Amino acid sequence: MSAQAAPAPFFSAHGLCKSFFGVQVLHDMGFSLHPGQVLGLVGENGSGKSTTMNILGGVLPMDAGRMTIDGTEYRPRNPREAEAHGIAFIHQELNLFRNLSVAENLFIAGFPKKLRGLPFIDRARVRARTQELLAAVDLDVAPATLVSRLSQGERQLVEIAKALGANARIVIFDEPTTSLTTRETDRLFDIIGRLRRQGIAIIYISHILGDVLRLCDDILVLRDGHLVGGAPKSQMTVERMITLMVGRTIEQMFPPRDPPIELGEPVLEVRGLSQRGMVKDIGFSLRAGEVLGISGLMGAGRSELARILFGIDPCESGEVRIGGSAVPKLSPAACMAQGMAFLTEDRRAEGLMMEASIADNVALASLPRFGRNWARFIERTRLGDEVARVSSAVRIVAPDQRRTLAKNLSGGNQQKVVIGKWLLREPRVFMLDEPTRGIDVGAKYEVYKIINQLAADGAGVLVISSEIEELTGMCDRILVMAQGEIRAEFARAEFDREAILRAAMWHGSKEPA
Amino acid sequence: MNGRNTKLFVLRNTPVLLFLVLLAAFGLMSDRFLTIGNFVNIVIQAAHIGIIAIGMTFVLLIGGIDLSVGANMYVVASVLGLFLKDLPLPVSFPLATLLGLAFGAVNGWIVTRLRVAAFITTLSTLFVGRGIALYFSGNKMVGFTPQILALGRASYFGVPSAIWAFAAVFAAAYVTLSQTTFGRQLYAVGADPDAAGKAGIDVRRIVFSVYCIAGVCAAIGGLVSLSQVAVASSTFGLQKEFPVIAATVLGGTSLFGGRGGVLGTVFGAVLIQTVENGLVMTNADPYLYPLVISVIIFIAVFVDSSRTSILERLERRQIRVERA
Repeated sequence: MSAQAAPAPFFSAHGLCKSFFGVQVLHDMGFSLHPGQVLGLVGENGSGKSTTMNILGGVLPMDAGRMTIDGTEYRPRNPREAEAHGIAFIHQELNLFRNLSVAENLFIAGFPKKLRGLPFIDRARVRARTQELLAAVDLDVAPATLVSRLSQGERQLVEIAKALGANARIVIFDEPTTSLTTRETDRLFDIIGRLRRQGIAIIYISHILGDVLRLCDDILVLRDGHLVGGAPKSQMTVERMITLMVGRTIEQMFPPRDPPIELGEPVLEVRGLSQRGMVKDIGFSLRAGEVLGISGLMGAGRSELARILFGIDPCESGEVRIGGSAVPKLSPAACMAQGMAFLTEDRRAEGLMMEASIADNVALASLPRFGRNWARFIERTRLGDEVARVSSAVRIVAPDQRRTLAKNLSGGNQQKVVIGKWLLREPRVFMLDEPTRGIDVGAKYEVYKIINQLAADGAGVLVISSEIEELTGMCDRILVMAQGEIRAEFARAEFDREAILRAAMWHGSKEPA
Repeated sequence: MNGRNTKLFVLRNTPVLLFLVLLAAFGLMSDRFLTIGNFVNIVIQAAHIGIIAIGMTFVLLIGGIDLSVGANMYVVASVLGLFLKDLPLPVSFPLATLLGLAFGAVNGWIVTRLRVAAFITTLSTLFVGRGIALYFSGNKMVGFTPQILALGRASYFGVPSAIWAFAAVFAAAYVTLSQTTFGRQLYAVGADPDAAGKAGIDVRRIVFSVYCIAGVCAAIGGLVSLSQVAVASSTFGLQKEFPVIAATVLGGTSLFGGRGGVLGTVFGAVLIQTVENGLVMTNADPYLYPLVISVIIFIAVFVDSSRTSILERLERRQIRVERA
């Protein structure tokens, strides 16, 4: 953008404060927005970004402070009022109804009526308007398509279309790219560019600092509920953002990884694994002490492979050996018995009991091991000691392991709870699917350290990630998947971001396009 | 149509197929079964359960439950018989329906304002309702005027009154669910109440309305049943929640909310009645009725719950395009 005089702001917030149960989580937050501005908001989990946006979006009331739109006071009591004021909030966990169609999702807050005074929906107008809105975000699906049939990236575009439909003047994105492929991310950024040209202001929250720098005009940094820095893009760098976020300099993103010179025995061997429509002829081996990465675009079959290996989904042919012995029939129970652990990509749905305490969550997968006496009673003391040992090893930050519920933890700590749950079983093979999705820089670093320690203790670790930097930073070897096949393999010495990406994007033929 | 599509078709239409199989089976066993007269009879007998089950469909769609529908029927019937007996039907029936609405509104108020779980709320109002009605009626049978029985036996344009009522409630419910904002928002609330709130939907209003609708349907269903028997003993409406919920679930509405509809419910109600009627026609031992009906309900519900996971697997997006 050129250096012309900035248009006047239409939105401003001053002195926003918020406390939960007597703990102040937001101190004196303020900022302003002008049409077409893209404002980046960064900070670790729990730094107050979401609280700020929830106040703006009418999800939470503010304790003190003042917001204005076009000079008049703005104080939303619920999301509907926020929407009426032209504020659209695209949450990290998308707010779409999978059982309804795309068109119904766009208009769920208020359908156009056939006749004034009568409640009947004007289906024809809904369809026509939906087609318009979908065209505006370049999404080529029929309005009647059920949302459950769309990919994550497509669902996000539906959310944006919804914001456009509500005539939003401010669109808030909370971690929009965590579940998108590289290509979908590029498409999202194009759309954001289009929105700003229409004079819509954007608030962009992300842990991917490079994206924030690339996309935003101005960047605000939050730490512990305080605004600790704010500057135009030209005066910001990724290093400066990190320094402001954590309050100290981080020398590097990844802990040093010194792979053992002598790798151990193979702990996981896969040969000729195939399942129609999912994966084909997968073969690799993972050795004790090794960290093996699997890269690929969304929908390349990485998570599907992990689910098959753990026996959640069926496979038609192939051989899997864990710890040297063949597993004739893959099932989660058989895999766990052989010492395999699996951290799923969706910790909310699959990995964690939200209403249970940290200790109960950590203990869950190991209960039989602590109930081997005559009555099968659980040995509470021994279990408690072990849980405490694991919890401190993964450094879960919480007031009380037995009382704090999982749902009250930050994303990073939730992830550590799930990792701790599997660590308690002392796995020989640990598969982690997107272990750092949606968690902040500090927590990521700790997850990397846990993985290193796990490998050093002699386990084989398999990491699936969409962030290539993450894999090159922490793995000894990387497999690249596309269309359900392994397309390339890179040893640590040959790691090259571009080559990996190129291998991931091959389509159809065996030759690069 | 390949094997996969056949499987999907069977799974999506289990109640219909089960119905056809039963028709064929009973038809072979009794030549009186497959007649138009008998079928009209089945629908008339299914009408009151069907109407209440339509109300129940709304409740299940948002992931709630209403166990008090049978008690609601009894309260409405005894108040009508004891206090509104001498009013003309066009006055007393709307009043009775209003009473049903009020009963439902109490459920809705407790669930949305006092935030008591629907299961406990409606279990309590079940006992409170029956208790009040028993107290008023002095535990005696409540009788009605002959006009009510006449209404029950009446036909308009050749269609019996019970079927008119059934059709009218169904049409209103169907249009509400598919053609109005309220109806579509109901599915959204059933799928994810938190997300619905964030999307600007007034979740409380919808939950409250749903229990009111269930109350109105229970009252109408009670009146239809009353017009067929013209007396309300102390067992009137007793345990009606079971066939009502069974009919709804049999019709494909999920107990967990967000999936289903009233067309299936009508089907479920007729299906249950068909089984009962078929058993009578084939001179089966009356003691076997509950057993046979519960087996059929179990099969349908079992297929329904395994259907969800099988459909999910069959409809999963494929990553690879396999060449034939």
